[in-house]
Amino acid sequence: MANDNSSDGSPKRSRLMGIFWSLLFLAVPVLGVAVFIVAPWYDIWLPKDVSEHGKAIDGLFMFILALTGVVFIATEVLLFWFLWKYDAASATGPAKYIHGSHAVEVIWTIIPAATLLFLAIYQMNTWADVKMRRPAMAASVEVVGRQFEWRLRYPGRDGTLGTPDDLFLVNDLHVPADEDFLVQLKSMDVLHSFFIPNLRIKQDAVPGMKIPVWFKATENGEYDIVCAELCGWGHYKMKGRVTVESRADFERWLEKMYAQQEATQPEPLSGSDGAAVALTQ
Amino acid sequence: MSTATASTTLSTDRVGQSLPPARKARPVAEFLSTYVFSKDHKVIGLQFLFSTLLWFLVGGLLALAVRWQVAWPWSDVPVLGKLFAQQGGQMAPEFYTMLFTMHATVMIFLVIIPILAGAFGNFLIPLMIGADDMAFPTLNMLSYWFMWPAFFAFGASFFVEGGAASSGWTSYPPLSTNVASSPGAGMGQTLWLVGLTLVGVSSMLGSVNYMTTIILMRAPGMTMFRLPMTIWAMFITAILQAFALPVLTAAGFMQLTDRTLGTGFFSPEGNIVNNAMQATGGGQPLLWQHLFWFYSHPAVYIMILPAMGMVSDIMTTFARKPLFGYRPMVYSIAGIAGLGFIVWGHHMFISGMNPALGITFMVSTMMIALPSAVKTFNWLGTIWGGRIQFTTAMLFALSFVSMFIIGGLSGIFMAATPVDIFIHDTYFIVAHFHYVLFAGTAMGVWAGIYYWFPKMFGRTMNEFWGKVHFFLTFIFLNGTFFTMHILGAVGFPRRLADAYHYETFHHLQPLNAFMTYCAIGMVATQIIFAINFFWSMFNGPIAGRNPWNANTLEWTAPSPPGHGNFDFQPVVYRGPYEYSVPGVEKDHLMQTDPPNAAEAAAAAAAHG
Repeated sequence: MANDNSSDGSPKRSRLMGIFWSLLFLAVPVLGVAVFIVAPWYDIWLPKDVSEHGKAIDGLFMFILALTGVVFIATEVLLFWFLWKYDAASATGPAKYIHGSHAVEVIWTIIPAATLLFLAIYQMNTWADVKMRRPAMAASVEVVGRQFEWRLRYPGRDGTLGTPDDLFLVNDLHVPADEDFLVQLKSMDVLHSFFIPNLRIKQDAVPGMKIPVWFKATENGEYDIVCAELCGWGHYKMKGRVTVESRADFERWLEKMYAQQEATQPEPLSGSDGAAVALTQ
Repeated sequence: MSTATASTTLSTDRVGQSLPPARKARPVAEFLSTYVFSKDHKVIGLQFLFSTLLWFLVGGLLALAVRWQVAWPWSDVPVLGKLFAQQGGQMAPEFYTMLFTMHATVMIFLVIIPILAGAFGNFLIPLMIGADDMAFPTLNMLSYWFMWPAFFAFGASFFVEGGAASSGWTSYPPLSTNVASSPGAGMGQTLWLVGLTLVGVSSMLGSVNYMTTIILMRAPGMTMFRLPMTIWAMFITAILQAFALPVLTAAGFMQLTDRTLGTGFFSPEGNIVNNAMQATGGGQPLLWQHLFWFYSHPAVYIMILPAMGMVSDIMTTFARKPLFGYRPMVYSIAGIAGLGFIVWGHHMFISGMNPALGITFMVSTMMIALPSAVKTFNWLGTIWGGRIQFTTAMLFALSFVSMFIIGGLSGIFMAATPVDIFIHDTYFIVAHFHYVLFAGTAMGVWAGIYYWFPKMFGRTMNEFWGKVHFFLTFIFLNGTFFTMHILGAVGFPRRLADAYHYETFHHLQPLNAFMTYCAIGMVATQIIFAINFFWSMFNGPIAGRNPWNANTLEWTAPSPPGHGNFDFQPVVYRGPYEYSVPGVEKDHLMQTDPPNAAEAAAAAAAHG
């Protein structure tokens, strides 16, 4: 194996190598952008948003994507261009003897600083809507994470949790469309994360804490509930479903499930399910 | 190891600094003190290098096993399947959980941190500042040997009942503290905490040494603002390490006592896991997250700043041009380190932490992108108008910049709290940190190895195979990691042994299979590197003192340098980046070159 001296070997061969390496670096922005253009065609993109606040989140995602995309293309193309142009094999004369420029440093400090600060401020309202401005209402459902299932408790007809008419279910969340819906999120054992991709909702469930999560679903259908925080060996199968339906369908479903529960379970707070949930209150 | 240092002794003889005769009379003791329990910073650096490269291989194979399960869940695993034959060669989900936990643990604590600070820090700091060794050679030796009990703790944990730790490298309680919560939460987790503490001791011994050495042992004329960027980065990293690490060590002990002595720092009241009630309670799981990230976010910068420094030095050498904006580069490293202490909460936006706090962490996190941007612009400024030589080291350094742009920009998505709600704990974050740590740091490390290999072993690595190694790694890494961004856009969650039973994710298997093929290619490519590395160590062309015509002090010492490093007292007359100085015959002025006529005249005029 002879040492390859292409960098200071024959100029012609070296220039070809310079072209090759510059083009390799040009492939980064070209293919990078191509991946993001092609992906949505194969449905490898943001899943359909069926929540009210999701539009704002998706909008911010696309906004940041556009902004970072421009910076990405600009810097990567510049890198390519410098490699192409200042290859030692083709350049004539010595390198520029320059240690920097105060003016340029000031410009490329202030512009990104202002942009980043704007970006931070621009996010705040959406964040406050999703996580801070909680609707003034009682909890629509209590969700308790447990290895490896989502335990649900609807307050029943009286609208209050912890009363005998509570409805207990596992992994089968139903939500009325176009209404504020407030989840009281708890965990019985370890950390879990209540993630509904289509509703753009994710919140860790922490044992010892009651965390409110709210959203307004806008489109009927069935969607996945995923656990997004490692919770043990069965983390992958901690799967639930959320059904968004009209108020009337939702009421009918509640009645039906409550009737089923009464038929199979005479005392709402006895039995393994009830006892376990009661302990977490 | 011995082969590496054999050439060190050779050169020792070459420069006529033979060992004291008293020690030659005791060959065994001499062997041990020269090659094993050596106090020479170069030997210790190489010990770190070989150990971490070996763990790099382990971590890479763990990653391949992870990728296998993600691409083809529940299918028979080739080769390895026979080893852990749980279900007819299939991977059990708890095994998968252990794999990704240990992949991250090995890569972070046994590869990236020790290869940057331990291997390059040790080898380069005394050489680049013109010192004969570290300030505390014994402490330095201990910093390496404290890694060994850690190697044993992490290594042994694979073989204890329940297997190695499997609560993620972040070890969030109660999953990590409650023994009933997962198989790996038994002895495996205890050994994990022991290993972590020992790695911490090693890092701390290193940090103290680096700070002292850089402050006190610089050669005459080596002012702070004549230090190469590598040294600035190592210096600031050492400070960062020294101030952040105690918090992790304390947190580790708290978790250890929660597990072994029945304390309740992190376990809440009435915690029932797997139908077993925890004896104690009254703790807070979020407390661990705060303490852990208070160290582990600065640790992210510990894992990249030294690579940034090395890349800056390599790029100036092969662009034959002074570094663009030396002081802004120094200030931005300091800025990253300073801001690095107040951004840890961005790992916890959706953890249940007060959402108002999330807003402040969003602002600080956005601002930490600024010094990174400044650094990127300055690197581009450095190659602008240069005379670029496409050596292997330069290609790796350039790819560091190219890839760091991607890793830096994708961080902005996650800094934005509302967007983070959706992409948190998805493959978007996996893409982000692999672009920073693999496509960034690991590429920087390779740049460093190809660049300083001649100084380490006296021979240069094969350039042709180096470039093949670079090309294939570059292609495969982008094939593996770039696609993770779009997986993350679908919300594909990390750490799932099988996500395809979800309606939202079931169509993503072919893409994951493609990524796994790329990952296999990427690991296989490293065979080229391994062969080149060991072959060149013995058969590469003899390098001479300064094969790259670089300026910094290490290139004035013999290759490899003998004990005591320099065969003359280096005196520094100028900064490290005086390339292509007009009116000078050669295209570089070394830091030790005495002032030329023009400089002497200017100095005389300035002093009146």
